[in-house]
Amino acid sequence: MASETRDTARPSAPGGVSFSLSDPTVRAVFYQVLVVGIVIAVGWFLIHNTLDNLSKRSIATGFGFLDREASFGIGESLIDYHPRDSYGRAFLVGVLNTLKVSIIGVVLATVLGTLIGVARLSSNWLIAKLASTYVEIVRNIPPLLQLFFWYALVSESMPPVRQALNPIPGVFLSQRGLFVPVPSADPVWGTMGFALAIGVIAVIFLRRWSKARQERTGQPFPIGTASLGLLIGLPLVAYLVGGAPTALDVPKLQGFNFVGGVVITPEFFAILVGLVVYTAAFIAEVVRSGILAVNWGQTEAARALGIDSGKTLRLVVLPQALRVIVPPLTSQYLNLTKNSSLALAIGYPDLVSIANTTLNQTGQAIEGVTMIMGTYLVISLGISIFMNWYNKRIALVER
Amino acid sequence: MTDNVHTGNVPTGSIPDERPPSNTVGPVAWLRNNLFNTWYNALLTILIAWLLFKAIPPLLDWLIFSANSFGTPPQVCRQEGGACWTFVSEKLRFVMFGTFPYDEQWRPLITIVIIIALVLASCDRRFWKPWLALVWIAGLSAVGVLMWGGVLGLTYVENTLWGGLPLTLMLSVVGLSVAFPVSVLLALGRRSQLPAIRVISVTYIELIRGVPLISLLFMASVMFPLFLPTGVNFDKLLRAQIAFIMFAAAYMAEAIRGGLQAIPKGQYEAADALGLNYWQAMGKIILPQALAISIPPLVNTFISFFKDTSLVIIIGLYDLLGTAKAALSDPAWRGFYREAYLFIGVIYWVFCYSMSKYSQKLERDLRRGHRR
Repeated sequence: MASETRDTARPSAPGGVSFSLSDPTVRAVFYQVLVVGIVIAVGWFLIHNTLDNLSKRSIATGFGFLDREASFGIGESLIDYHPRDSYGRAFLVGVLNTLKVSIIGVVLATVLGTLIGVARLSSNWLIAKLASTYVEIVRNIPPLLQLFFWYALVSESMPPVRQALNPIPGVFLSQRGLFVPVPSADPVWGTMGFALAIGVIAVIFLRRWSKARQERTGQPFPIGTASLGLLIGLPLVAYLVGGAPTALDVPKLQGFNFVGGVVITPEFFAILVGLVVYTAAFIAEVVRSGILAVNWGQTEAARALGIDSGKTLRLVVLPQALRVIVPPLTSQYLNLTKNSSLALAIGYPDLVSIANTTLNQTGQAIEGVTMIMGTYLVISLGISIFMNWYNKRIALVER
Repeated sequence: MTDNVHTGNVPTGSIPDERPPSNTVGPVAWLRNNLFNTWYNALLTILIAWLLFKAIPPLLDWLIFSANSFGTPPQVCRQEGGACWTFVSEKLRFVMFGTFPYDEQWRPLITIVIIIALVLASCDRRFWKPWLALVWIAGLSAVGVLMWGGVLGLTYVENTLWGGLPLTLMLSVVGLSVAFPVSVLLALGRRSQLPAIRVISVTYIELIRGVPLISLLFMASVMFPLFLPTGVNFDKLLRAQIAFIMFAAAYMAEAIRGGLQAIPKGQYEAADALGLNYWQAMGKIILPQALAISIPPLVNTFISFFKDTSLVIIIGLYDLLGTAKAALSDPAWRGFYREAYLFIGVIYWVFCYSMSKYSQKLERDLRRGHRR
């Protein structure tokens, strides 16, 4: 504290405690009590007004409304949902939709952003210029505007359902979205998933064993090929053993829409493309600065040791670049997740849009907003914890 | 004779310089080094050149060559294909100024000029003096008088009629200038040694940064009316503005905290040694240095904040994006979304791009200042 040195030198008043404001300890307590008092007073004032207003408008408080029937339809859902279901289930549908677009978005944005970030450093002038043009244009236009553009592009340029484009047999493109055939339900898909899980576990153990062997004997093991073989081979064996079913669930025009297959709705397409394109521009900058942060001498040293360029990138440059990349990348992931709430503006049923419908129907404004904020805080916290754990793993280990 | 002693039998006069080999200088060498230096780069170059060749002519054709000139009615535009710039000329004043009374639209126009002038003046480091705050207060008061009117013979205009670019600029500039002092206090609070103050600051900053802006805007539009005593009511614009201030303060506080952390401990100790109290030490020694370092991240915060003002469309205000969307919902002009979004996209882009260039320049200048 600023004036500590001056004030502590002053002897306290005889007889024990002094309540002078020039005593730094007293002053610290005084200021803190003052600030906390103000915060509590303002909080009490707001809560008092709110309760007063709620009782005047006879709105019940509490989350009891979650059990009531929602009676509104939701365009797309990962779990079974019917308008007769409760508000609670509708909200769950929204949370799952938010997670779906965020997770797919994070993966795609990372891939696209890394490609563009590397492209900006390319020795090829045309590629580098193209990548920086992309970044400079996309970064400087509001994401909501981009979202509206993508949505308009799909919903206004695509033909109506009856004149759906049919580029490949079984695939239909119209205003209602892209309908793709999927393999019909069959027990073999479950078996294949199980086989894949076994493959993943086998790969983990194989990697450990090969690393231990290399450290002991110096002999490398072709781990890449072996892992790939396990991950593809095991599910393939399961598929063949299961009788290799080839039946497809092909979308068919029925009434006013297609039935069957899997649909990518225009809303989902617009929000996903909008988020990925926007966030990738920021991730590209993060990746670029991370790679530039690794000293060129590191690459030269690796070459001098006779390490080939692929291994130089994988074993020397990337581990060091990741340390610089991960913290800002985390905040980009958080931004993408938070920006997925823009879905409300184009009608994708994410958690904000469903909570909005709910609070309009029930008038439970405080509970609705609290649920939105609470869910996002939990998601943000989850991403932060995971990325901090990852960051610790790759951080520089010093003595 | 003496003149020729050292030259021996070297012929007098100079040999004309050889031209450098054509594959080391000039356009051919540039092409070889930058586009065709390896076989895969050559392949990529050819592929991209072909894609550009396929994509750019139709784009230019739509933008310029087959575009319909100003004044072509929408029906003709629809048949001809090509961009319909009549949309922009027809809807220009609505998109720029919203529903502000038509004959009074010179007032929002001057507002735009004042705000841009204020921002430009603040970009010049020579003007970073205390009186700049007074200039801002004067400028923003003038903006308020122009937009509301009701004095000096100006007719009163309700703020529900405001829209377009002035609204976007006002939300961001007013938000920024009110949030700035709050964010300085929050940043100091986060670094304070008083635990209660630190906890309050950290909680506020992390809560706001953890939730999307939309949820704050929702809070402003549906919860603020419940917070206030009966009879007191804010209008929608003010509520949105408060939400923006709360949002901006948290993000700017983090930018300033970065600057505070960069100040060496010796500066604090020196302030103590001089016998300055907390506010003197902060005001005269720490903050002037910390704020100068935080300006580039603050500008970046401001850019994202400027883009985020477009979210007010969700609670029913008509900023630049809102008016463009409203213009598109006119049945006669439905479907010209490319023209509309391109037009306002360019406006947003010019603002954000120039700010980001400024921030990069400033960062370079500041770094130069630190070099010895």
